[in-house]
Amino acid sequence: MTTVIEARDLALAFGETPALRGASLSVEAGEVLAVMGPSGSGKSTLLHCLAGILVPDAGEVLFNGQRIDTLPEARRSALRRDKFGFVFQFGQLVPELTAEENVALPLLLNGVRRSAALAEARPWFARLGLDGMQGRRSGELSGGQAQRVALARGLVARPQVLFADEPTGALDSLTGEQVMELMVGAAREQGTTVVLVTHEARVAAYADREAIVRDGRARTLRAESVAP
Amino acid sequence: MVLLMSVPLTLLGLLEREPSHGYDLKRDYDTFFSRGKPLPYGQVYSTLGRLARDGKIVAGEAEPGDGPDRKRYVITETGATEFETWLQEPVAPEPTLQSVLFTKVVLALMLGRDAELYLDTQRAAHLRRMRELTELRRSGPLVDALLADHGLFHLEADLRWIDLTVARLDVLAAEVRS
Repeated sequence: MTTVIEARDLALAFGETPALRGASLSVEAGEVLAVMGPSGSGKSTLLHCLAGILVPDAGEVLFNGQRIDTLPEARRSALRRDKFGFVFQFGQLVPELTAEENVALPLLLNGVRRSAALAEARPWFARLGLDGMQGRRSGELSGGQAQRVALARGLVARPQVLFADEPTGALDSLTGEQVMELMVGAAREQGTTVVLVTHEARVAAYADREAIVRDGRARTLRAESVAP
Repeated sequence: MVLLMSVPLTLLGLLEREPSHGYDLKRDYDTFFSRGKPLPYGQVYSTLGRLARDGKIVAGEAEPGDGPDRKRYVITETGATEFETWLQEPVAPEPTLQSVLFTKVVLALMLGRDAELYLDTQRAAHLRRMRELTELRRSGPLVDALLADHGLFHLEADLRWIDLTVARLDVLAAEVRS
């Protein structure tokens, strides 16, 4: 297995408040890793460091073996655009754009021509059960539909890593599970590695493995160490 | 275990649906309730024998044809009443696993062991089982999916207790060692 992304001994404080205190973990290629932990444990901060959104005060973040925490913001921004996809708790769709344009957005930002980007976005609607929703704006979509559009947007550019921060947090159980089903299915199909932050065990159960963050430290355990 | 204990009542329920042969009852039981542990023929017929003895079902005349069992069983009024009563009773909540977890945690703390490591290891085992059940509900028929959901919700409840206990370990340790 090849390690795609790795955190080594990360520390980060917001003012006087420490968020990460020596967090380490690694994610293998094609793996779905669930990062769990109570509210305020530092799991979202860890995800933001892994994705190059935040820069840790200490420690290292490596992507494909290269440090990314030392890169200037412009390079990290380009990396996020080219190699990473994102899904957040509240879809965060651009309200002025149609669903189809929202899905095409990462491609448009990467300089793909509009017609080509929309053509690339289109098949995602049938794939995610969103046929007929292409022309709708975010205000005209239900929570589950908006989250599926956000999922398509996160995966359309075939990112190497998809970062999902509580992607089902605002959805009911059944809708949340449909979103997870689609997310894991689509990511596996295109070989995208997934780092999934969640506090829900039922959501984490879709992952291959889990890490738990408490008090700014990450811990991973293999269930195989438990006697049957 | 609960399923095994309710074999007679389950067979009564199947007979409430329609009069059936022992073979049909076994087939339907195995399809919907056995979860990979088929009901032995011996148990089917001994159960039917007891139900008939207690007046809850009656056996019809033996019908011509091949095979050992050609009797059709019919539920009686007594049987139907017992089944109806059982169906309407809530199942006793049995938080047995949680009490085992609780005992282990308290003992670990009393003995100065790493209770958090124990809970995290248990947590990983729970999540492994939840992954298996998630896979089952994704790939299996709706009956399996419903059973898997039942298991998933119970395991999730245990996990919440584990998380809450981890958050309170310091206070709990002080209490059990005092």
